[in-house]
Amino acid sequence: MSAGAAGAASAGTGLIETPAVELSALRFSYKQGRDVLAIDSLTIARGETVFLHGPSGSGKTTLLGLLAGVLQATSGRVRILGQDFSTMSGGARDAFRARHLGYVFQMFNLIPYLPVRENILLPVRLEPARRERLGGRSLDDAVRDIATQLDIAQYLDSPIAELSVGQQQRVAAARALMGSPEVVIADEPTSALDTNRREQFLKLLFASCEKAKATLVFVSHDHTLMPLFSRTVELMEINRAAKVGADA
Amino acid sequence: MMILRLALTSLRSRFLTTALTVASIALSVTLLVGIENVRAGVRDSFAGTIRGVDLIVGARGGTLQVLLSAVFGIGSPSGSVKLSTMERWKAHPAVKWVVPYSLGDSHRGFRVVGTTPEFYERYRFRKDGRIVFVSGRAAVADTEVVIGSEVAEKLGYTIGTPVVVVHGLRDIGTSSHEAHPFHVVGILGRTFTPIDRSVYVTLGGIEVMHQPEAGAGVAGSSMASAEVAGGRVSGGRGQGGTAQKPTARKSAQAAAIIAANKQRAAAMAPPAGTPMVMPGAEPPPGTPLVMPGAEPPPSAMPEVKAAAVAQRVVTKEKLAAPMEAEPAHDHGDDQITAFFVGTKNRFEALMLQREMNTDLVEPLTAVIPGVALGELWQNIGSAEVGLRVIAIFAVAIGLTGMLVALYSSLEARRREMAILRAVGAGPRMIISLLVLESGLLALLGCVIGVATVYLGLFVAQGPIEQRFGLHLALHPLRSMEWTYLAVVMGAGIVIGFVPAWKAYRTSLVDGLSPRA
Repeated sequence: MSAGAAGAASAGTGLIETPAVELSALRFSYKQGRDVLAIDSLTIARGETVFLHGPSGSGKTTLLGLLAGVLQATSGRVRILGQDFSTMSGGARDAFRARHLGYVFQMFNLIPYLPVRENILLPVRLEPARRERLGGRSLDDAVRDIATQLDIAQYLDSPIAELSVGQQQRVAAARALMGSPEVVIADEPTSALDTNRREQFLKLLFASCEKAKATLVFVSHDHTLMPLFSRTVELMEINRAAKVGADA
Repeated sequence: MMILRLALTSLRSRFLTTALTVASIALSVTLLVGIENVRAGVRDSFAGTIRGVDLIVGARGGTLQVLLSAVFGIGSPSGSVKLSTMERWKAHPAVKWVVPYSLGDSHRGFRVVGTTPEFYERYRFRKDGRIVFVSGRAAVADTEVVIGSEVAEKLGYTIGTPVVVVHGLRDIGTSSHEAHPFHVVGILGRTFTPIDRSVYVTLGGIEVMHQPEAGAGVAGSSMASAEVAGGRVSGGRGQGGTAQKPTARKSAQAAAIIAANKQRAAAMAPPAGTPMVMPGAEPPPGTPLVMPGAEPPPSAMPEVKAAAVAQRVVTKEKLAAPMEAEPAHDHGDDQITAFFVGTKNRFEALMLQREMNTDLVEPLTAVIPGVALGELWQNIGSAEVGLRVIAIFAVAIGLTGMLVALYSSLEARRREMAILRAVGAGPRMIISLLVLESGLLALLGCVIGVATVYLGLFVAQGPIEQRFGLHLALHPLRSMEWTYLAVVMGAGIVIGFVPAWKAYRTSLVDGLSPRA
């Protein structure tokens, strides 16, 4: 399914609520005059699970950074859950991200001196709204529950440095899913997992998103995962800057 | 709570970096507080060299000359004062006690002081330090000496050790008083003042050893020393028994001179209502200062002239008296270098100083020790300025080192700050976390630094006293030291803002990228 078709389909459902993601006339460049991203329009409805793919250097991680408010668009609009990031300060975007988004970083970005438990609990400790979404469960129950599903419960008190890369990736995923965020952004979250663990992780990911009616934007090079998602976006098709680069 | 836990966990996780940063801050604080302690210690030690003495009176000269020669044994005295002058002033109603102080001889580089046993009772140093005998007793007989602690230590003297005094401060082998050997009868406790480096004999001892027939007339001189020990009043040299006749006339003369001096001093006294000044305090603004040897103001000249005329009459009477009635006249030997005065009421010290400085009979310089020490400290204050400059450099270097250590430690956590920011930590939390960490490091550094200073003082107090004669007391932190600590804490807290500000100034993705 193409991005434009998805946008039309979304509009065609007649949903009154605002889309989860809405990009229009988006431009982004790290250096002035050299656009990395140029997307005229992209809309992702709430509850959609989107598989975003493209070759290396096509701007996938940059796009996720813009969706998470980690980067700010050079021009154009990035609206997440109806909030326009281009009009928000860095602090406001941080607060919005803490409340509504879960981000699985490609490099995991775990705090090295905190044990697994504290790393997973960071979002709910920092944002009361995420904690409320635990539904009255204690922090310990919530963290044990998610860690058990990802098969890292036995490492809850271990330092991050003692974990394997795959285990660290699962800790990063658990942290992103804690407190049921409304939008989950995952940057190649299964790249370091074996087949069994990958299935376990995806099962938990989809279950969590379904339970929280969350929108999922998932980046991966593994095309075998494509059928699991409700929608696929090929970045090369919608990113005019990448097209120019490829044509050249 | 979350921030404190994060800060503590983070600091613990980087134990080595944290320890090095704290050590750097602690070293800076040790340097700052240590230098300030030494500076204050030197000043206190200096200011506390002499206490309990209201006036030091010497021959006419500069106040500093009198102070330096009498208290510190530095330089040569401006001249000598007749013993009879001291005795005359002893009769002054405002004077409680006088102690003679005679210099000019030495023993193996240590100065010899001729004085009376009252000296050991009256002299005070630092707050209320009294001279104590660690062994033996005060010198009473002409052949007895008391030695300061440093003399005993350096020369290895004990009770009974024979002592030969030489004239002047260097033993050049030509003028030793070998004919009049002394022996040690007392050793004084450590005072950290020039007392430790002095040898004390009786005034009689000084007189006897300067007699050509020294050693032959021990019996006669013992009589003289007995008079000195009992508060000698005759002023004679072994002639106490023959000085009875002129006593009444001398008393009358003394009374006339005191009255004339009072008139003269009153003419120059500050106007009524001027508050009296405690010895050692700065005189109140507007108080006319009487410089030794200065001319009285023109308005006071009639009274001064009248007093001078009265004095001339007394002198004429004295000259007209038969020669045989003058057995106690001055031979030049019954002279002392200075005398210490204690007043009955310390408020009278200033007036007494004026009277002495305008003495019509013998030109004198009376010095209030506290004031003179203050003047002297100002004169030699360049040493203090030097220490202050060193302290300022130490502050600058210490603070820079501390800030570099803190900044490097916090800068290394840029990625961590970016991660925290990415998972929802707001600016307030990031700033609080970094400022709390830097504040904790600075606080820990201050505590360890101050503890190191006190521990160092506790351990090194004895060796410093032994080696440098400098008493560094353990005391609560002074205002300057609190100021240093406040500056260190303030700088420590402020430096925490820099990486926090940078964490928000730089792009979040920079911190999250693998290169960060």
